[in-house]
Amino acid sequence: MPLTRMQRALPGPDDTLRETLPNGITVLARENFASPAVVIHGYLEAGGEDESLDQLGLANFTLDVMERGTHRRSFEQLYTEVEAVGASFGLGAGSHLTTFTGKSLAKHLPMLCDVISDVLRNPAFPNEQVTRARGEILSAIRELKHNTRAMANEVFHTLIYPENHPYHWNNIGREDTIASISREALVDFHKRFFTPRGMVIAIVGAVKVEEALKAVKITFADWDKERPTRTPLPPVPPLRECIRKEVPIPDKTQSDLVLGWVGPPRRSADFMTCHLANTVLGTFGMMGRLGETVRSQNGLAYYVYSRVDGGTGPGPWRAIAGVDPNNVDRTVTLILQEIQKLREELIPAGELADSKSYLTGSLPLHLETNEGVAQALTNIERYDLGLDYLQRYRATIEAITATEVQAAVQRWMDTAQYAVAIAGPELGKSH
Amino acid sequence: MNLLKTTLDNGLTVLVRESHTAPVTSFWVWYRVGSRNEHLGITGISHWVEHMMFKGTERWPRQKLDQTIAREGGYLNAMTWYDFTTYYETLPSDKIFLALDIEADRMSRALFDVDEVAAERTVIISERQGAENNPLFLLDEEVAAAAFRVHPYGHDTIGHLCDLQTMTRDDLYRHYRTYYAPNNAIVAVSGDLNAGEMLRMIEQYFGALDPSSEIPPMLAQEPSQRGERRVWVEGNAGTDYVMLAYHSPEATHPDLFALTVLSTVLAGGASSLVGSGALTNHTSRLYRAVVERELAADVSASLIPTVDPNLYRITATVLPDRAADQVEEALLAEIKRVQREPISRDELEKAKQQAQALFAYSSESITNQAFWLGFSEVFADYTWFRSYLSRLDAVTVEDVLHAAQTYLIPQNRTVGHYRSIEH
Repeated sequence: MPLTRMQRALPGPDDTLRETLPNGITVLARENFASPAVVIHGYLEAGGEDESLDQLGLANFTLDVMERGTHRRSFEQLYTEVEAVGASFGLGAGSHLTTFTGKSLAKHLPMLCDVISDVLRNPAFPNEQVTRARGEILSAIRELKHNTRAMANEVFHTLIYPENHPYHWNNIGREDTIASISREALVDFHKRFFTPRGMVIAIVGAVKVEEALKAVKITFADWDKERPTRTPLPPVPPLRECIRKEVPIPDKTQSDLVLGWVGPPRRSADFMTCHLANTVLGTFGMMGRLGETVRSQNGLAYYVYSRVDGGTGPGPWRAIAGVDPNNVDRTVTLILQEIQKLREELIPAGELADSKSYLTGSLPLHLETNEGVAQALTNIERYDLGLDYLQRYRATIEAITATEVQAAVQRWMDTAQYAVAIAGPELGKSH
Repeated sequence: MNLLKTTLDNGLTVLVRESHTAPVTSFWVWYRVGSRNEHLGITGISHWVEHMMFKGTERWPRQKLDQTIAREGGYLNAMTWYDFTTYYETLPSDKIFLALDIEADRMSRALFDVDEVAAERTVIISERQGAENNPLFLLDEEVAAAAFRVHPYGHDTIGHLCDLQTMTRDDLYRHYRTYYAPNNAIVAVSGDLNAGEMLRMIEQYFGALDPSSEIPPMLAQEPSQRGERRVWVEGNAGTDYVMLAYHSPEATHPDLFALTVLSTVLAGGASSLVGSGALTNHTSRLYRAVVERELAADVSASLIPTVDPNLYRITATVLPDRAADQVEEALLAEIKRVQREPISRDELEKAKQQAQALFAYSSESITNQAFWLGFSEVFADYTWFRSYLSRLDAVTVEDVLHAAQTYLIPQNRTVGHYRSIEH
């Protein structure tokens, strides 16, 4: 089938450079001369999975201090160089990966690559920056404890993942672990886990792909180091009952609730089917069937939607809503009813076609920005989707049947055994 | 920039920009109505009307509207702020006619069904409750209320709870009929299109709509402040915050650009370029004064371009075991310094370089291009955006000193502290 004009506009093997360097770094690059900017998006394999429970938050803490000075550049020099030209960079900690991002005018790409390489490879962990980062993380943990949305989500993860699974924990850490992690622990974590093996870097913007590759080679090609092998993720036992946990947070007017299950990993054969099912349930139009029932018909919530994360391991599949504390139970009932309906009844052909059409049609819009393209490219690499993934996307979605969607919902969303976490005013005491 | 600007016979302002980087088009309709046009009793009405516009018309009933756009792979949304309410659709270019059809229809034929108004009341109240969970919303609301005692910028766009509880369907409909008319609207389009053809389509869909006979002028002017004002908000957020808010000039005032440079020196990255993304601000003066000295976890500033004079806000998150007073003192010491001594040439140059980069980022996507066409037309005209860099480039060290001495004075300031009280 020939590609349509829309499909041709999508990144594909013909206009994306992909090269793996001898040290294990995969470089992806695509040109876009619409504006004189360029972005970097990438990852390497160091994350919460590599820290022990008594050092919860170690990965995130390490990254925070890595951004604060290297053996070549002090904190002051680092940010003077970057901010002076309106560029930016940042690191982020996940359960499995450290992600890094950068953005600048295209002419500053060599500097941006050099800075990101320097930060990843040569962090200095200055004592005063360790102290400052520790204070800021403790402040952030305090803020989170009073954030209803964040707390509902954090508690939900503790309900569906066992304690020996990295997804059980919020990788920002706890006040006690952050207070006790030493500078030496940060240095050691960096030394052991930051290596080019499995690293991916995507560069998208007003730069020739050859120039992008050259910039990476100059700054990363001489890095060579092994990292310890990871053990497989522990299994996640299915829920055997309904679990509900309420977290009272004083002085709040709205409750946030998260209801759901463990979902499929991104590489699971089921993932795209679940993605389509989720679009019907809590995304399409104004937040799918959940939005129609909970928000439009019953006026219970400003936001209600669902998401299926995928990811390296089995990420959650959950419905999320912010509601008046008096409406929590009613909202939970309505969400479960909608999911039950998906389990029991085939999605009507027209409705399924609408959601398919939305998923395939909206792809170019998600790729409007350099960031959008760079993220898509790193995802393709992470999950072995193939550079023609975006161009095949329409056919993949179109092939999914209503019966398959129903079967996937039945497999993953058991309305008799689910977890729900609620954070907000103490229920029964409000209003 | 290939741009067409014209006004239809019924008063509709039209801006069309050709941009052939991707096969998509973004279509925006801006109404010159927002919280600026509200008074006590009907605060939040513009935002509520925005919600009601998604409840549909006879031809475009509720679900059909958003589902049609989604089915074609597009998205639609809306925003209400101080000076405007705007609706937009971004779609594959060959489907953009759907956006014109929907927006022309709901400019004059929205239903405002009584039952839909009732269902939306609780949704809006839920939106407000969600905001109230955020201590910075509560602090900002009190600071704005103290800073403005006459001008409607003193209340938040979401509106007061009592007004949300009591406004009627007729209030909402009256507001809609008053302000939703071609002579109070701007159409801004950017994308993979032919400007002439797009203009003909706009004339076809919007040309027959009747203008409103009279759009009520907004006459309120905030009197000069004659002394510092202070507010305290107490709650149980676990963290303290400090906000300093100074009355700042309207977007078209020549001083706005000097103040933009000043804000960049104080707190980083061209804050008047809304939506261009964030830069770190680790070499800014206020970061050094409060974050490097381990008094605050972060500090930021905002300077929003608006029709009337608004507020320049500086906000800091106080670190645990530090006092809000200490943070305030350190911020004010830096503000005194910038009033006493001119900034350095290097700082001026850096601010301009940052603005150049942010400007490039802000026009990267087609949706953002259309946003800026319309947004700048609301408070000035599109040349405001087009000439942004050259006007910023013209700012001198002396202009920045003048701006600091004119606007960042104690008499012009409202200070707010959020105090966390553990129950």
